[in-house]
Parts: sequence; structure tokens; C-alpha cells
Amino acid sequence: METFLGIDYNVWWFLVFGGVISGYAILDGFDLGAGALHLFLNKEESRRIALNAIGPVWDGNEVWLVIAGGALFAGFPVAYAAIFSAFYVPFMVFLMGLIFRAISIEFRSKESMPWWRKTWDISYCIANIIIALSLGLMLGNVALGIPLNKDHEFEGNWMSFFNPFSILIAITTLALFMMHGAIYLAMKTVNRLYVKLTLLARDFTIFFVLSFAVSTLYTLLYIPHLSDHLRTHPSFFILPVIMTLAIANIPRSLKNGNFRFAFLSSSVTIATLLIMVAFEVFPYLIYAPNNPQNSITIVNGASSLKTLKILLIIALIGTPLVCLYTGFVFWTFKGKVKLDEMSY
Amino acid sequence: MDVEILARIQFAFTIAFHYIYPPISIGLGLILVIMEALYLKTGDKRFELMTRFWLRIFALVFGIGVATGIIMEFEFGTNWATYSKYVGDIFGSALAAEGIFAFALESGFLGILLFGWNRVSSGVHFFATIMVFLGSLFSAIWIVVANSWQQTPAGFHIVGNGLEARAEITDFWAMVFNPSSVERLMHVWVGAILAGAFLVLSVNAWYIIKKKYLEIAIPAFKIALVVATIFSISQLFFGHKSADGVSRNQPAKLAALEGHYDSSARADMYLFGWVNNKTQETKGLKIPGGLSFLVHYDFNAPVKGLNAFKEDERPTQVNSIFQFYHIMVALGVAMIALSLLACWYWRKGTLFDKKWLMYIFVWSVMMPQVANQCGWFAAEMGRQPWVVYGLLKTSDALSKAVSANQILFSLIMFTVVYTLLLALFLFLLHRKIQHGPETTHDEDDEANEAFTKRNNPLITHS
Ligand code: HDD
Ligand code: HEM
Ligand code: HEM
Repeated sequence: METFLGIDYNVWWFLVFGGVISGYAILDGFDLGAGALHLFLNKEESRRIALNAIGPVWDGNEVWLVIAGGALFAGFPVAYAAIFSAFYVPFMVFLMGLIFRAISIEFRSKESMPWWRKTWDISYCIANIIIALSLGLMLGNVALGIPLNKDHEFEGNWMSFFNPFSILIAITTLALFMMHGAIYLAMKTVNRLYVKLTLLARDFTIFFVLSFAVSTLYTLLYIPHLSDHLRTHPSFFILPVIMTLAIANIPRSLKNGNFRFAFLSSSVTIATLLIMVAFEVFPYLIYAPNNPQNSITIVNGASSLKTLKILLIIALIGTPLVCLYTGFVFWTFKGKVKLDEMSY
Repeated sequence: MDVEILARIQFAFTIAFHYIYPPISIGLGLILVIMEALYLKTGDKRFELMTRFWLRIFALVFGIGVATGIIMEFEFGTNWATYSKYVGDIFGSALAAEGIFAFALESGFLGILLFGWNRVSSGVHFFATIMVFLGSLFSAIWIVVANSWQQTPAGFHIVGNGLEARAEITDFWAMVFNPSSVERLMHVWVGAILAGAFLVLSVNAWYIIKKKYLEIAIPAFKIALVVATIFSISQLFFGHKSADGVSRNQPAKLAALEGHYDSSARADMYLFGWVNNKTQETKGLKIPGGLSFLVHYDFNAPVKGLNAFKEDERPTQVNSIFQFYHIMVALGVAMIALSLLACWYWRKGTLFDKKWLMYIFVWSVMMPQVANQCGWFAAEMGRQPWVVYGLLKTSDALSKAVSANQILFSLIMFTVVYTLLLALFLFLLHRKIQHGPETTHDEDDEANEAFTKRNNPLITHS
């Protein structure tokens, strides 16, 4: 196999795809978390501040999902085809969540009737919760593996996606995003709202740690093969160590009012969590427990070498550009939220 | 109903719905660039007010464009799994490039465009406006390239047999510049710009009739009229290029567009008509030999008709294709006539007294919208039964893991949600238009602001 800098192209694309997914989870993660917290904020003004904290950036963050979809389609079309047709129903629900999130943000501020705003607040909050839960559910099932036939198409019943492990992962994902979102919002607010968000951030850190502990325990007890790679490659124990340190740092930084550090820590938590999942499933993209020979790997699921090379060039040109504008936008809107007449 | 029909209905419905918004985003993007440039150049308050007014409408349209676009991105995987595997190598690259190069650009700068008015300098804001406009133009590039590759595949070879078969890239640039992509891209861009221009014309025509906000409505109308005139005339040229391309690349589609069956006969061009696919007769008002002339520059040369193609390799819904195509062309001509007429009265100085003309302009917003939809329907239905022209049939492209019931469920869901979306969109658009450009503050915003200032010491008292 041909390589680039000593790593072959299929692995490169797996890394790029993983990077984009992590980028999505970190960036849109705080939007989703902030949205899921929306109804915890009672006052109209607090809700507006929360919306405007994500206002200028959420759409750009969501583009990471679009890029991830394109990256999977282009680099691993077999996996793209199998995953989305298998998860047809949960995925449609997820997409509806995305639609309702987008339009709730957009429509809410357009009228001032209390019932109008309340309706969109509720729809917004529920949409975010649904998005986070369905993402987690799909992630859990990908980690577990799904039954595939020899043409790499799903053969099974979609009700089987609602297994205890995946449900636990779904709840953990929601908790993680809510923690992440609360920290982000706290970073953007002042006064009473700020105090309230610090408390929420603390509560959701606890909620996350609990649900993460339960799912880890469940994994070790019932799905031991999901920690095989970690056991055979002890040096990778650095990952859970980093993650533990990052989680432990969150309450400490919150207490010191060092929100950037807290936000960085929760971002690191998300990234290491995904890296651990990726590390466990590698080199499978989708493992087929019914017949491992039907599994989709980064080799049999990939595009041609030529395409992978082209894609890597596209990624090398594109990623710095995307980071540049993302950075520019975040920098423009840095600091605490100020409402003005262009705000939501 | 079977999976194929349901999946096709769902795709057609969701893409047609999505395609209401992107053209407006692209066209309005151009108009915003012009308005803001005029504001920066002259410092005239009127241009500022119109820029900010159209920014608010832009935000609304863009929001729905994004929400419905995400669906499209994944629908290939959910409903057309076999297709996705077959073309992923090629199609996926274009979609990935679109995400990285286009969507990231537009969505990134959108934040500055919408929320940055008081935060960044006017130069930076203008830069953001240009970037959002460029981003939307770029996104059209990649998606149209992908679609054109499906119409006229190039730069690939087929690897494997049967279910394992798939297309792989051999030449990236040949794939990007496949025989139809450039001319179709031009045609799509211009169609989109017309959609934006006629929306601006329509709203301002209404203000002019109501004698409201005249000092803003009149210059805005003129800006949009210039854009509409230039681009509707050029659309005739690009449309002709497209038709010329179709005659070379997809002769079966061309025959369907004009309802032409008999290969040995010279081919007529219809102004309007009706096709009977059973008796293979086309009746209507025609230019005898018109199509022959278009293809061969000779009124008597025979043109390949539908009968030259095998029954299962040519489109069956010939009358629909014919009608969609002719409605598009008729609307194209009508837009030229309308904008030229308006320019004529403008020169004579009586344009804004012609109430009847203003009423036509109020309704004219539908013309590019209908033409865009009809164009896509003609192009996509004319491609049938192929999903990748000459290589993969639509009926072979489906997801085998998805059942008819699942698609029915999602189709019902989309229908309900999209109906709601459209209703809300029209309601809010209507409210915004009624509210008008004059005040930059919404009343409730003012109330909110007063409240916020009292309670939030960080808000600067500007
Ligand atoms: C002529 C141009 C054009 C065409 C043919 C399409 N789109 Fe579109 N799309 C746009 C032009 C556009 C745009 C102008 O860039 C949008 C619309 C409004 C907007 O906000 O961005 C957009 C938004 C948009 C988004 C959201 C991007 C974001 O988050 O900013 C996605 C994922 C897609 N589209 C995907 C598709 C797919 C998969 C299509 C084909 C099946 C498609 N679009 C047809
Ligand atoms: C805005 C742009 C587009 C519009 C308005 C459009 C329109 C349509 C319509 C009306 C159909 C249904 C045809 C029928 O059932 O007879 C269709 C089908 C389809 N189109 Fe497009 N299309 C667009 C862009 C694309 C693009 C960019 C692609 C992919 C590259 C694409 C791929 C397909 C596929 C896979 C189907 C389903 C199979 C089929 O019925 O042919 N379309 N489209
Ligand atoms: C004025 C005369 C026009 C002619 C002769 C013309 C011709 C054509 C032809 C032949 C196609 C099919 C191309 C293909 O399948 O590859 C097409 C498609 C299309 N047309 Fe037109 N057109 C005209 C006006 C318009 C106008 C005014 C609009 C919109 C404002 C428009 C929007 C479209 C769109 C969106 C498509 C589908 C995309 C594509 O295939 O390029 N057309 N047109």
C-alpha cells in the first residue's frame, strides 16, 4: 500500500474523518448543550443572552457535520451507504432535530408574543436534546457493531438499536454536551445568570461523571471486547488518564473562574472520548458481529487510492482555511455577550 | 407503493423544497453586495437602510436553506445506498469539497454579516458580505459539478462487476469539467441571481404601489431592475448553450424536451404544445424545423428521435418533460420582456406611475422560482431511467436495507414539517415586508434593549 509520511492513505483518511467528527462534537457540542439547557433559564433576557452567545457561531459549527458527511461519503462510501441506510429511522429523527433547532433559533426572535417565544423555546430545547440523544445512540451502536450481509448492507431490525449500552451512551453524550454548553455559556455571561450557569455547569459535570462511570462499568462487564485494544496496547492508557485529569480539572477551574481552562478541559474530554472509541474500533468502520467477514474496514470500505490522495490534498488546502475563518469569527465575538438591535 | 417510487418522490420533494431557498440566497447575496458597496461609496443613509432590511430577509432565507440542505447531504446515504457506493469515489469528493470550500466560507462569515454590524468596521463587514456571496456561488459549483457528472460522466473507469461495480476517478479535472458542467453551472447561477433580483423587485413594487418608504423603495427597485435586465437577457444565451449541450450529450433527453419521436424526420420546435406518448404525436404551435436548426443549423436535417432509443433506455414521462421545459423557456422570455419594458418606461421617466406594471412586478417573484423548478424537473426527469447516465439505472440505485414503510414514515414527516416551514416562512416574510425598511429597531427589540441596559451593566451605552 502506498503511504504518505509513513502512514498509508486509508489510515490518513480515518484520522481526518475522526478529526472532523471530533471538531464537530467539540464545536456543535457546546451549541447543543447550551440549547438543551435552554429551559433551565427562566427569564426572557437570560434566554436571549444564551441564544446570542451561540448566535454568530452555531451555523458555522454545524458545517463540521456537513464536512464529516462529505468526508465519509468521499473516503469511505461503503460505510456511508451502510450507516445511513441502517440508521434510517433514528437518522431521520436526528435530521428533524437539526431542522427544528435551526428554525427555532431563527424564528423565535421574529415575533414578541409570549406564546410565540415560549413555543419556540420548547421546540428549541427538545430539538437539542433529541439531537444529542440520537447522536449518542448511533455512536453507541457503531461502537457495538451492527449486523451486515455480504454486500455490506444492514440486515436486522432497527428496534435493536435501542439496546442498554447504546442508551447509556446516548445519556452520557447528552450529559457531556450539557456540561460543555453550561461552561461555554458561563464564559459568555455576567452577574446572576453567570452564577446560575456556574452552578449548572457543576451539576452537569456530576451528572456526566456518573453516567460515564455507569457506562464504563457496563462496558467492562458486558462488552469486554470494547477494551481489548487498550489492554493489548498499555501505552494507550495515557488516554483515560488524560481524560480523568481533564474532567477533574473542570470543577477546579470553575471554582477559580478560569472558564477558558474549564472549556478547554471539557473539549479535551470530548476529544479523548472519541479517540478511545476510534482506537477500539480501528481498523473497522463498522464491525459486523453476525459475521465478522462482512465487516466494513478502512480498507474494503474505502474509495480508490487516487481519490484518497485527492481528498488529502483537498483537506490540506481546506482545513487551514476553515480554521482561519472559524478563528476569525470566534475572535470577533469574543468576550461577554452584548445584545444590540441585530441580536436574536 | 414500492421503495423506488417512494424514494424518488421523497428525493424530488425534499430537493425541490430546498431549491426554493438557495437561489434567493445567491441572488440576494449579489444584491446585498451592490447595496452595501453603494452605501460605502456614497455614505447615503438610504443605502444603509436597504442593506440592513435585506440582510434581515437574507437571514430568514438562509436559515431555511441550511436546515433543508443538511437533509439533502445525507439523503444519498439513507435512500440511495447502492448509488452512494457506486459513485462515492467521485461524487463524494465533490460533496466534501463543497463542505470545506463553500459551506464553511458562507456559514463562517454569515455570523459577521448578521451580527457584526456594530462590532466590526464597515470595511470588514463588507468583506464578510462578499465572502458569504462567494461561498454561496462556490456551493453551487460543487453540487452542480456532481449533478453534471451524473448527467454526463467523464474522467472515470468502472471497477468490478455486478453489485461490486463502482466508478473510480481516473482524471480529477476531467471529472470536474465534464462535458456539461460549465454550461449548466452558468445557467444555474444566472437562474439564482434572477430569483434574488425579482424578489427585490416584487417587494419594492409593492411599496411603490402602497406609496410607502418611497425614498428607499425606488432606488432599490432600480438596482434590482438593472440586475434583472442584464441577467435575464444573458439567460437566453446560457439556456441556449445548455440546450446545445444536451443535443450533443443526451440526445434522448433533447428528443423528450421537444416531443420528437421520428428519427428520420426533421425536428420542429414548439412554442407550446401537448405530447401523447401512446400515439407518439406532438401537437401545438411550432416553428417547423426549429430544432433541426438548433442542432445542425439546417432547417431540414433529421434529428435523432425517441424511437432511436430502446424502450427501457429513454424517458417515459415525455409530456411532463416537454411541459416543464416549455414553461421554463416561456418564463425566460417573459422575464426579458418585462424587464426591458420597465427599462423603457424608466428612460421615459414614467416607470413608477405605471401601476399595472408594478402589479405585474409584485407577482413576478414567482417567475424565476417556477422556471428554476421546471428547469430541474426537465433536466432530472429527462435523465431517466438512468441515475448515472448510461451506467446505472435509478431502479438499481436504492438502499436495500430500507423498507417502503420506513420511507413512507419519513415522507409523511417531511411533508408535515415542510408544510409548516413554508407557512412560517411566508408568514414571517410577510411580516418583515410589512414592517418595512425604515426603522432599524423592532419595537420589541427596543423594549428588550431598555430592559437589558437596566440589568446588564456590561452593555455599552452607545
Ligand atoms: C444552486 C445551488 C445549490 C444546489 C443545486 C443545491 N444547493 Fe444546497 N445550498 C446552496 C446551494 C445549492 C446554498 C446557497 O449554498 C445554501 C442555500 C441557502 C444557504 O444557506 O446555503 C445551501 C445549503 C445547503 C446545506 C447546508 C450548508 C450549511 O450548513 O451552511 C447543505 C448540507 C446542502 N445545501 C446540501 C445540498 C445537496 C446535497 C444538494 C443536492 C442534492 C444541494 N444542496 C443542492
Ligand atoms: C437543486 C438541484 C436539484 C433539483 C431541483 C433536482 C431535482 C430532481 C427531481 C425533480 C428528481 C425526481 C425525478 C423523478 O423522479 O423523475 C430528482 C431525482 C434525483 N436527483 Fe436531482 N435535483 C437536483 C440536484 C441533484 C443533485 C445535485 C444530485 C446529485 C448529484 C441529484 C441526484 C438525484 C438523484 C439521486 C435522484 C433520485 C433518482 C431519480 O429519480 O433520478 N439531484 N432530482
Ligand atoms: C430562456 C430560455 C431558456 C432555455 C433555452 C433553457 C434551456 C435549458 C435546458 C436545455 C436545460 C436542460 C439542461 C440539462 O438537462 O443539462 C435547462 C435546465 C435548467 N434551466 Fe433553463 N433555459 C431557459 C431559461 C431558464 C430560466 C429563465 C431559468 C431560471 C430562472 C432556468 C433555470 C433552469 C434550471 C435551474 C435548470 C436545471 C439545471 C440544469 O440542468 O442546468 N432556465 N434549461
